[in-house]
Amino acid sequence: MKDRFNLYRFASPATFYPLAGALIPYFFAVAVVFGLAGLYLGMLVAPTDFQQGEGYRIIFIHVPASWMSMFIYLVMAGWAAIGLAFNTRLSGMMAQALAPTGALMAFLSLWTGALWGKPMWGAWWVWDARLTSELILLFLYIGYMALTAAIDDARRADKAGGLLLLVGVVNVPIIYFSVKWWNTLHQGSSVNLTKSSMAETMLWGMLLMAMCFWMYSIAVALMRARTIMLERERHTDWVKAVLTGGEK
Amino acid sequence: MLKIVMAVIGRDLKLAMRRQADIVSALFFFVIVVSLFPLGIGPEPDLLRKLAPGVLWVAALLATMLSLPRLFADDHRDGTLEQLALAPHPLGLVVTGKVIAHWLVSGLPLALIAPVLGIQFDLSADALLVLTGAILLGTPALSGIGAIGAALTLGLRGGGVLLSLLVLPLYIPVLIFGAGAVDATVTGLGGEGHLSLLAAITFASVGFAPWASAAALKIALE
Repeated sequence: MKDRFNLYRFASPATFYPLAGALIPYFFAVAVVFGLAGLYLGMLVAPTDFQQGEGYRIIFIHVPASWMSMFIYLVMAGWAAIGLAFNTRLSGMMAQALAPTGALMAFLSLWTGALWGKPMWGAWWVWDARLTSELILLFLYIGYMALTAAIDDARRADKAGGLLLLVGVVNVPIIYFSVKWWNTLHQGSSVNLTKSSMAETMLWGMLLMAMCFWMYSIAVALMRARTIMLERERHTDWVKAVLTGGEK
Repeated sequence: MLKIVMAVIGRDLKLAMRRQADIVSALFFFVIVVSLFPLGIGPEPDLLRKLAPGVLWVAALLATMLSLPRLFADDHRDGTLEQLALAPHPLGLVVTGKVIAHWLVSGLPLALIAPVLGIQFDLSADALLVLTGAILLGTPALSGIGAIGAALTLGLRGGGVLLSLLVLPLYIPVLIFGAGAVDATVTGLGGEGHLSLLAAITFASVGFAPWASAAALKIALE
């Protein structure tokens, strides 16, 4: 075969490791740019909400974190499906690398929600459908991390964790649609593909923050994946070369 | 196909009958946990009536979980599980049989004793009927979903605690609709909607969960 660009080449940790190392700074840089722009729009430019006053500005953290918490779980389940179907090594590492970030996002979403809920609803926590299902999502992340941590054999940990991810993925649509299915306290979504009920600047601020969170998650997950690779492949020559040679 | 399932059920029931203490202890766990609540929160009948569905369901969840590790562990230890996995039948069918047997020795007794415990909480006859029905309808789902957790944690250190961490979040829908059915009956709204959702969850999990558990068992046996 000719020296054509081949995506599958990066399915091997030895080739993916330097690629990830080269990409991480870019993702971080883009995250910072999006984050600064989003914060500027959200905190300084966006108008004060006529109902919620200044307190609504927490959505610039809350909504992106909630989106990411669900999206990361879907991505992990996707990696799990690929890993179980094609028996690839990298997919299990990626799923494990994503899990702590996903758990962090779920926690952030619950925490900022509580901070917002106290002044707006008068309660830190309400047993509403969306809050409860997001809490379950956090439990699922914790369960996944506990399961993979309890299994010493890395291959078995990947597969068992992957199966758990696929079983738990049922929860994601429940969270997503919970606001529609149960008319509880949590407000419905204000953003929609076709129209949005928010001021233009608010929407852009939120989308930019979402992009920032997204890029940050990728960068952190890649960093964690690199560490996992070194740990798992420590018996191989390329890891020895990386660790002694000090190259990227 | 049916023959394999029946054979596994018969075998597991026979094994369970040889060790009745296991079944009875899970059942007594249920009774004791439920009886602790009136002691802890005080004996006002109004309060107890309100708490009853949730308390009974949570106790049922915990009692089911208590018996889950045994679902595969004994067979794993003496090598039976490997033989079953090597046998020409689909492992999913074997697991289906084991799930049904597990329900017969853990879920069914819970449902039978639940009305007696409901009386302690001063539930009306209607509510007792719905409670029994809901537990009958919901516990197969607990056995099915639990089998996945039991298979995933098979042979791991600290497997019991890990099992609860994995399985309890997945049990939450059963808890919500199971307790919701009784609650709706107590408040006079009628629990049919909750019961049909509970039945849907049960059918889905008894149908699909054994195959997921079989996949998990194969991972564990590798």
